[in-house]
Amino acid sequence: MRRSPHYPAHVERNATARCTETTLTPAPAPAPTQVLAPPTETGPPPRTPLPTQTPHAVPASRAIPAPLLRDVLGIAIPTGAFGLSFGALAAASGFTTAQTCTLSLLMFTGGSQFALVGSIAAGGAAPTATAVAILLGGRNALYGLRISALLRGAPPPRRALAAHLVIDESAAMAAAQEQPAAARTAFWATGLAIFTLWNLGTLLGALAGGVLPDPAALGLNTAAPAAFLALLAPRLTARGARDARVTALTAALGVLALVRYTPVGVPVIAAALVAITIGLRLHPTPTPAPTPAPAPAPTSSPRNPAAGR
Amino acid sequence: MWPAVLLGSLGCYLLKLAGMLVPRRALENPRVLRLSTLAPIALLAALIAMQTFSSGRQLTLDARAAGLCAAAVLIARRAPFLLVVGGAVATSALVHLA
Repeated sequence: MRRSPHYPAHVERNATARCTETTLTPAPAPAPTQVLAPPTETGPPPRTPLPTQTPHAVPASRAIPAPLLRDVLGIAIPTGAFGLSFGALAAASGFTTAQTCTLSLLMFTGGSQFALVGSIAAGGAAPTATAVAILLGGRNALYGLRISALLRGAPPPRRALAAHLVIDESAAMAAAQEQPAAARTAFWATGLAIFTLWNLGTLLGALAGGVLPDPAALGLNTAAPAAFLALLAPRLTARGARDARVTALTAALGVLALVRYTPVGVPVIAAALVAITIGLRLHPTPTPAPTPAPAPAPTSSPRNPAAGR
Repeated sequence: MWPAVLLGSLGCYLLKLAGMLVPRRALENPRVLRLSTLAPIALLAALIAMQTFSSGRQLTLDARAAGLCAAAVLIARRAPFLLVVGGAVATSALVHLA
Protein backbone atom coordinates (compact mmCIF):
# COMPACT_ATOMS: atom_id res chain seq x y z
CA MET A 1 0.00 0.00 0.00
CA ARG A 2 1.23 3.44 -0.76
CA ARG A 3 1.01 6.30 1.60
CA SER A 4 -1.55 8.75 0.38
CA PRO A 5 -0.37 12.36 0.36
CA HIS A 6 -3.86 13.47 1.28
CA TYR A 7 -4.04 11.49 4.46
CA PRO A 8 -2.76 13.10 7.63
CA ALA A 9 0.94 12.58 7.57
CA HIS A 10 1.00 10.73 10.82
CA VAL A 11 -1.72 8.24 10.00
CA GLU A 12 -0.33 5.81 7.53
CA ARG A 13 -2.29 3.08 5.95
CA ASN A 14 0.59 0.79 5.36
CA ALA A 15 1.04 -0.33 8.91
CA THR A 16 0.97 -4.01 8.10
CA ALA A 17 2.50 -5.05 11.31
CA ARG A 18 0.49 -2.68 13.46
CA CYS A 19 -1.94 -5.22 14.67
CA THR A 20 0.53 -7.79 15.82
CA GLU A 21 3.17 -5.39 16.95
CA THR A 22 2.67 -2.24 18.85
CA THR A 23 4.39 0.83 17.52
CA LEU A 24 5.46 1.47 21.05
CA THR A 25 7.75 -1.51 21.33
CA PRO A 26 9.74 -0.91 24.49
CA ALA A 27 13.46 -1.10 23.88
CA PRO A 28 14.74 -4.58 24.57
CA ALA A 29 17.90 -5.07 26.60
CA PRO A 30 20.38 -4.31 23.79
CA ALA A 31 21.00 -0.67 23.05
CA PRO A 32 17.96 0.78 21.32
CA THR A 33 19.66 1.93 18.16
CA GLN A 34 18.00 2.30 14.85
CA VAL A 35 19.16 0.32 11.88
CA LEU A 36 19.84 2.18 8.68
CA ALA A 37 17.77 0.43 6.05
CA PRO A 38 19.02 0.13 2.50
CA PRO A 39 16.21 1.62 0.40
CA THR A 40 16.38 -1.18 -2.12
CA GLU A 41 15.74 -3.94 0.38
CA THR A 42 12.15 -3.08 1.05
CA GLY A 43 10.06 -2.08 -1.93
CA PRO A 44 6.84 -1.38 -0.08
CA PRO A 45 6.76 0.94 2.88
CA PRO A 46 8.08 -0.35 6.21
CA ARG A 47 6.42 -3.43 7.60
CA THR A 48 7.91 -3.42 11.04
CA PRO A 49 7.62 -0.75 13.65
CA LEU A 50 10.68 1.17 14.68
CA PRO A 51 12.64 0.19 17.71
CA THR A 52 12.26 2.89 20.28
CA GLN A 53 14.50 5.78 19.49
CA THR A 54 17.04 7.00 21.98
CA PRO A 55 16.02 10.22 23.70
CA HIS A 56 18.54 12.09 21.62
CA ALA A 57 16.72 11.14 18.45
CA VAL A 58 13.84 13.44 19.41
CA PRO A 59 14.02 16.56 17.25
CA ALA A 60 15.62 19.52 18.96
CA SER A 61 12.62 21.73 18.38
CA ARG A 62 9.83 20.92 20.81
CA ALA A 63 7.24 22.62 18.62
CA ILE A 64 4.26 20.54 17.59
CA PRO A 65 4.19 19.96 13.84
CA ALA A 66 1.42 21.95 12.22
CA PRO A 67 -0.52 18.98 10.81
CA LEU A 68 -0.56 17.28 14.17
CA LEU A 69 -1.61 20.48 15.89
CA ARG A 70 -4.46 20.81 13.45
CA ASP A 71 -5.63 17.31 14.17
CA VAL A 72 -5.29 17.78 17.90
CA LEU A 73 -7.45 20.88 17.76
CA GLY A 74 -9.81 19.07 15.46
CA ILE A 75 -10.50 16.53 18.16
CA ALA A 76 -10.10 18.82 21.15
CA ILE A 77 -12.49 21.55 20.12
CA PRO A 78 -15.55 19.33 19.60
CA THR A 79 -14.67 17.51 22.82
CA GLY A 80 -14.49 20.83 24.63
CA ALA A 81 -17.82 21.79 23.17
CA PHE A 82 -19.15 18.52 24.48
CA GLY A 83 -17.93 19.56 27.89
CA LEU A 84 -20.58 22.23 27.67
CA SER A 85 -23.25 19.59 27.44
CA PHE A 86 -21.72 17.70 30.35
CA GLY A 87 -21.76 20.82 32.50
CA ALA A 88 -25.34 21.53 31.58
CA LEU A 89 -26.43 17.93 32.16
CA ALA A 90 -24.75 17.77 35.55
CA ALA A 91 -26.27 21.07 36.61
CA ALA A 92 -29.68 19.84 35.50
CA SER A 93 -29.20 16.59 37.40
CA GLY A 94 -28.68 18.29 40.70
CA PHE A 95 -24.92 18.59 40.87
CA THR A 96 -23.65 21.93 42.08
CA THR A 97 -21.28 23.90 39.90
CA ALA A 98 -18.45 23.02 42.26
CA GLN A 99 -19.23 19.31 42.04
CA THR A 100 -19.54 19.48 38.26
CA CYS A 101 -16.24 21.24 37.82
CA THR A 102 -14.57 18.91 40.30
CA LEU A 103 -15.69 15.97 38.23
CA SER A 104 -14.14 17.41 35.09
CA LEU A 105 -10.97 18.38 36.90
CA LEU A 106 -10.39 15.27 38.95
CA MET A 107 -12.15 12.47 37.13
CA PHE A 108 -11.44 13.79 33.65
CA THR A 109 -12.89 10.86 31.81
CA GLY A 110 -15.86 11.76 29.65
CA GLY A 111 -17.41 8.33 29.61
CA SER A 112 -17.21 7.90 33.38
CA GLN A 113 -18.46 11.40 34.04
CA PHE A 114 -21.48 11.00 31.81
CA ALA A 115 -22.16 7.58 33.30
CA LEU A 116 -22.03 8.94 36.85
CA VAL A 117 -24.26 11.91 36.11
CA GLY A 118 -26.54 9.90 33.88
CA SER A 119 -27.02 7.19 36.49
CA ILE A 120 -27.89 9.70 39.17
CA ALA A 121 -30.16 11.56 36.79
CA ALA A 122 -31.94 8.32 35.96
CA GLY A 123 -32.55 7.74 39.64
CA GLY A 124 -29.71 5.35 40.36
CA ALA A 125 -28.14 5.10 43.79
CA ALA A 126 -24.89 6.93 44.37
CA PRO A 127 -22.82 3.79 45.11
CA THR A 128 -23.99 2.11 41.89
CA ALA A 129 -23.27 5.21 39.88
CA THR A 130 -19.81 5.45 41.42
CA ALA A 131 -19.11 1.80 40.68
CA VAL A 132 -20.13 2.13 37.04
CA ALA A 133 -18.03 5.26 36.63
CA ILE A 134 -14.97 3.51 38.03
CA LEU A 135 -15.61 0.38 35.99
CA LEU A 136 -15.74 2.44 32.83
CA GLY A 137 -12.46 4.01 33.82
CA GLY A 138 -10.90 0.56 33.56
CA ARG A 139 -10.25 1.11 29.92
CA ASN A 140 -7.88 3.90 30.80
CA ALA A 141 -5.78 1.33 32.60
CA LEU A 142 -5.46 -0.56 29.33
CA TYR A 143 -4.50 2.62 27.50
CA GLY A 144 -2.02 3.27 30.29
CA LEU A 145 -0.09 0.15 29.31
CA ARG A 146 0.81 1.69 25.97
CA ILE A 147 1.39 5.19 27.28
CA SER A 148 3.61 3.80 29.99
CA ALA A 149 5.86 2.29 27.34
CA LEU A 150 6.01 5.67 25.60
CA LEU A 151 7.06 7.50 28.71
CA ARG A 152 9.66 5.06 29.89
CA GLY A 153 12.32 7.55 30.88
CA ALA A 154 10.08 10.16 32.41
CA PRO A 155 10.41 11.12 36.09
CA PRO A 156 7.60 9.98 38.42
CA PRO A 157 5.89 13.39 38.74
CA ARG A 158 5.56 13.59 35.00
CA ARG A 159 4.23 10.06 34.83
CA ALA A 160 1.72 10.87 37.55
CA LEU A 161 0.53 13.86 35.55
CA ALA A 162 0.51 11.83 32.35
CA ALA A 163 -1.67 9.24 34.05
CA HIS A 164 -4.28 11.89 34.69
CA LEU A 165 -4.34 12.80 31.01
CA VAL A 166 -4.93 9.25 29.80
CA ILE A 167 -8.29 9.28 28.08
CA ASP A 168 -9.79 7.81 24.93
CA GLU A 169 -8.77 10.69 22.73
CA SER A 170 -5.19 11.12 23.91
CA ALA A 171 -4.59 7.39 23.77
CA ALA A 172 -6.13 7.13 20.33
CA MET A 173 -4.09 10.00 18.93
CA ALA A 174 -0.92 8.56 20.39
CA ALA A 175 -1.68 5.11 19.04
CA ALA A 176 -2.11 6.51 15.54
CA GLN A 177 1.51 7.64 15.40
CA GLU A 178 4.30 5.55 13.98
CA GLN A 179 7.18 7.24 15.71
CA PRO A 180 7.40 7.14 19.50
CA ALA A 181 8.43 10.80 19.68
CA ALA A 182 5.41 11.79 17.62
CA ALA A 183 3.22 9.56 19.75
CA ARG A 184 4.47 11.29 22.89
CA THR A 185 3.81 14.69 21.37
CA ALA A 186 0.37 13.63 20.24
CA PHE A 187 -0.44 12.26 23.67
CA TRP A 188 0.62 15.37 25.59
CA ALA A 189 -0.85 17.81 23.10
CA THR A 190 -4.17 16.04 22.93
CA GLY A 191 -4.31 15.46 26.67
CA LEU A 192 -3.51 19.03 27.62
CA ALA A 193 -5.70 20.58 24.93
CA ILE A 194 -8.67 18.49 25.91
CA PHE A 195 -8.06 19.03 29.61
CA THR A 196 -8.17 22.78 29.08
CA LEU A 197 -11.13 22.87 26.74
CA TRP A 198 -13.11 20.17 28.53
CA ASN A 199 -12.86 21.98 31.85
CA LEU A 200 -13.63 25.35 30.33
CA GLY A 201 -16.59 23.84 28.58
CA THR A 202 -17.79 22.19 31.76
CA LEU A 203 -17.64 25.44 33.68
CA LEU A 204 -19.48 27.34 31.00
CA GLY A 205 -22.05 24.61 30.64
CA ALA A 206 -22.70 24.41 34.35
CA LEU A 207 -23.10 28.18 34.54
CA ALA A 208 -25.10 28.65 31.39
CA GLY A 209 -27.34 25.66 31.97
CA GLY A 210 -30.47 25.65 29.93
CA VAL A 211 -29.70 28.40 27.46
CA LEU A 212 -27.33 26.26 25.45
CA PRO A 213 -28.42 24.64 22.21
CA ASP A 214 -28.68 20.90 22.21
CA PRO A 215 -25.32 19.49 21.14
CA ALA A 216 -27.11 16.76 19.26
CA ALA A 217 -28.80 19.38 17.11
CA LEU A 218 -25.40 20.74 16.20
CA GLY A 219 -24.18 17.28 15.35
CA LEU A 220 -21.45 17.54 17.98
CA ASN A 221 -22.15 14.14 19.42
CA THR A 222 -20.89 12.66 16.16
CA ALA A 223 -17.49 14.28 16.45
CA ALA A 224 -16.03 11.72 18.81
CA PRO A 225 -17.23 8.56 17.02
CA ALA A 226 -16.13 10.03 13.69
CA ALA A 227 -12.71 10.88 15.08
CA PHE A 228 -12.35 7.44 16.62
CA LEU A 229 -13.30 5.83 13.33
CA ALA A 230 -10.71 7.89 11.50
CA LEU A 231 -8.06 6.82 13.99
CA LEU A 232 -9.17 3.20 13.98
CA ALA A 233 -9.54 2.69 10.23
CA PRO A 234 -5.83 2.36 9.35
CA ARG A 235 -5.44 -0.35 11.97
CA LEU A 236 -8.24 -2.32 10.36
CA THR A 237 -7.28 -1.95 6.73
CA ALA A 238 -3.64 -2.90 7.13
CA ARG A 239 -2.64 -6.20 5.64
CA GLY A 240 -2.63 -9.08 8.11
CA ALA A 241 -5.01 -7.19 10.34
CA ARG A 242 -7.56 -9.95 10.47
CA ASP A 243 -7.36 -10.25 14.22
CA ALA A 244 -7.85 -6.50 14.53
CA ARG A 245 -10.92 -6.61 12.32
CA VAL A 246 -12.42 -9.52 14.21
CA THR A 247 -11.70 -7.81 17.52
CA ALA A 248 -13.26 -4.55 16.41
CA LEU A 249 -16.35 -6.19 14.96
CA THR A 250 -16.86 -8.37 18.02
CA ALA A 251 -16.56 -5.37 20.30
CA ALA A 252 -19.04 -3.31 18.31
CA LEU A 253 -21.59 -6.11 18.07
CA GLY A 254 -21.09 -6.97 21.72
CA VAL A 255 -21.94 -3.44 22.72
CA LEU A 256 -25.10 -3.47 20.68
CA ALA A 257 -26.10 -6.76 22.22
CA LEU A 258 -25.50 -5.65 25.80
CA VAL A 259 -26.83 -2.11 25.74
CA ARG A 260 -30.31 -3.00 26.84
CA TYR A 261 -29.31 -5.32 29.65
CA THR A 262 -26.56 -3.54 31.52
CA PRO A 263 -26.08 -0.14 33.14
CA VAL A 264 -24.99 2.69 30.88
CA GLY A 265 -21.39 2.33 29.80
CA VAL A 266 -20.86 -1.20 31.04
CA PRO A 267 -21.31 -2.70 27.56
CA VAL A 268 -18.21 -0.87 26.37
CA ILE A 269 -15.83 -2.51 28.75
CA ALA A 270 -17.58 -5.88 28.76
CA ALA A 271 -17.67 -6.12 24.98
CA ALA A 272 -14.11 -4.89 24.74
CA LEU A 273 -12.87 -7.56 27.15
CA VAL A 274 -14.64 -10.29 25.23
CA ALA A 275 -13.33 -8.97 21.95
CA ILE A 276 -9.77 -8.76 23.23
CA THR A 277 -9.94 -12.32 24.50
CA ILE A 278 -11.09 -13.51 21.11
CA GLY A 279 -8.51 -11.40 19.35
CA LEU A 280 -5.73 -12.83 21.49
CA ARG A 281 -6.90 -16.35 20.68
CA LEU A 282 -6.52 -15.72 16.98
CA HIS A 283 -2.78 -15.68 17.40
CA PRO A 284 -1.92 -18.51 19.75
CA THR A 285 1.81 -17.90 19.40
CA PRO A 286 2.49 -14.23 19.98
CA THR A 287 5.07 -12.78 17.65
CA PRO A 288 8.05 -11.68 19.72
CA ALA A 289 9.14 -8.07 19.40
CA PRO A 290 11.80 -7.66 16.70
CA THR A 291 15.30 -7.31 18.07
CA PRO A 292 17.34 -4.64 16.31
CA ALA A 293 20.35 -5.94 14.45
CA PRO A 294 23.62 -5.02 16.19
CA ALA A 295 24.50 -2.30 13.71
CA PRO A 296 25.51 1.19 14.83
CA ALA A 297 24.54 4.48 13.18
CA PRO A 298 21.53 5.82 15.05
CA THR A 299 20.19 7.89 12.21
CA SER A 300 16.74 9.28 11.81
CA SER A 301 15.95 7.12 8.84
CA PRO A 302 12.27 6.41 8.70
CA ARG A 303 12.74 3.03 7.09
CA ASN A 304 13.48 -0.28 8.60
CA PRO A 305 14.37 -3.56 6.93
CA ALA A 306 11.69 -6.19 7.13
CA ALA A 307 14.10 -8.39 9.06
CA GLY A 308 11.99 -8.79 12.14
CA ARG A 309 9.19 -10.55 10.33
CA MET B 1 -23.09 13.63 46.08
CA TRP B 2 -19.66 14.67 47.09
CA PRO B 3 -18.69 11.12 48.13
CA ALA B 4 -19.66 9.86 44.68
CA VAL B 5 -17.73 12.66 43.00
CA LEU B 6 -14.58 12.29 45.06
CA LEU B 7 -14.51 8.52 45.33
CA GLY B 8 -15.33 8.13 41.67
CA SER B 9 -12.55 10.53 40.73
CA LEU B 10 -10.06 8.78 42.96
CA GLY B 11 -11.01 5.39 41.58
CA CYS B 12 -10.64 6.56 38.01
CA TYR B 13 -7.27 8.11 38.66
CA LEU B 14 -5.97 5.02 40.42
CA LEU B 15 -6.96 2.92 37.44
CA LYS B 16 -5.12 5.24 35.08
CA LEU B 17 -2.11 5.12 37.36
CA ALA B 18 -2.26 1.33 37.53
CA GLY B 19 -1.82 1.10 33.79
CA MET B 20 1.16 3.42 33.98
CA LEU B 21 2.82 1.54 36.80
CA VAL B 22 2.92 -1.86 35.18
CA PRO B 23 6.59 -2.85 35.36
CA ARG B 24 8.71 -2.63 32.29
CA ARG B 25 9.44 -6.34 32.14
CA ALA B 26 5.77 -7.07 31.94
CA LEU B 27 5.43 -4.62 29.10
CA GLU B 28 8.04 -6.44 27.08
CA ASN B 29 6.14 -9.68 27.32
CA PRO B 30 4.76 -10.42 23.86
CA ARG B 31 1.38 -11.32 25.26
CA VAL B 32 1.12 -8.03 27.09
CA LEU B 33 2.19 -6.23 23.94
CA ARG B 34 -0.54 -7.94 21.99
CA LEU B 35 -3.04 -7.09 24.68
CA SER B 36 -2.02 -3.47 24.69
CA THR B 37 -2.28 -3.36 20.91
CA LEU B 38 -5.68 -4.96 20.71
CA ALA B 39 -7.14 -3.10 23.68
CA PRO B 40 -7.45 0.32 22.00
CA ILE B 41 -8.85 -1.34 18.89
CA ALA B 42 -11.55 -3.14 20.83
CA LEU B 43 -12.33 -0.15 23.02
CA LEU B 44 -12.48 2.30 20.14
CA ALA B 45 -14.78 0.01 18.18
CA ALA B 46 -17.00 -0.45 21.23
CA LEU B 47 -17.08 3.29 21.88
CA ILE B 48 -17.97 4.02 18.27
CA ALA B 49 -20.85 1.57 18.46
CA MET B 50 -22.09 2.90 21.78
CA GLN B 51 -21.81 6.56 20.88
CA THR B 52 -23.51 6.09 17.54
CA PHE B 53 -26.19 3.51 18.05
CA SER B 54 -27.28 3.79 21.65
CA SER B 55 -28.93 6.34 23.85
CA GLY B 56 -28.89 5.44 27.50
CA ARG B 57 -30.03 1.84 27.51
CA GLN B 58 -31.86 2.01 24.21
CA LEU B 59 -30.65 1.12 20.79
CA THR B 60 -31.29 4.07 18.54
CA LEU B 61 -30.81 4.95 14.93
CA ASP B 62 -30.65 8.67 14.41
CA ALA B 63 -28.66 11.49 12.89
CA ARG B 64 -25.49 10.18 14.47
CA ALA B 65 -25.56 7.11 12.27
CA ALA B 66 -25.78 9.36 9.23
CA GLY B 67 -22.80 11.30 10.50
CA LEU B 68 -20.82 8.11 10.98
CA CYS B 69 -21.66 6.95 7.46
CA ALA B 70 -20.42 10.26 6.15
CA ALA B 71 -17.25 9.78 8.15
CA ALA B 72 -16.78 6.28 6.74
CA VAL B 73 -17.18 7.54 3.19
CA LEU B 74 -14.74 10.37 3.78
CA ILE B 75 -12.25 8.01 5.36
CA ALA B 76 -12.52 5.63 2.41
CA ARG B 77 -11.79 8.56 0.14
CA ARG B 78 -8.72 9.40 2.24
CA ALA B 79 -10.01 12.77 3.33
CA PRO B 80 -7.95 14.63 5.92
CA PHE B 81 -8.81 14.05 9.55
CA LEU B 82 -10.43 17.43 10.09
CA LEU B 83 -12.63 16.99 7.06
CA VAL B 84 -13.76 13.61 8.35
CA VAL B 85 -14.78 15.04 11.71
CA GLY B 86 -16.25 18.21 10.20
CA GLY B 87 -18.13 16.32 7.53
CA ALA B 88 -19.60 13.95 10.09
CA VAL B 89 -20.69 16.79 12.36
CA ALA B 90 -22.23 18.72 9.47
CA THR B 91 -24.04 15.67 8.13
CA SER B 92 -25.39 14.83 11.55
CA ALA B 93 -26.61 18.39 12.07
CA LEU B 94 -28.27 18.48 8.66
CA VAL B 95 -29.99 15.15 9.15
CA HIS B 96 -31.12 16.29 12.57
CA LEU B 97 -32.73 19.29 10.94
CA ALA B 98 -34.58 17.17 8.43
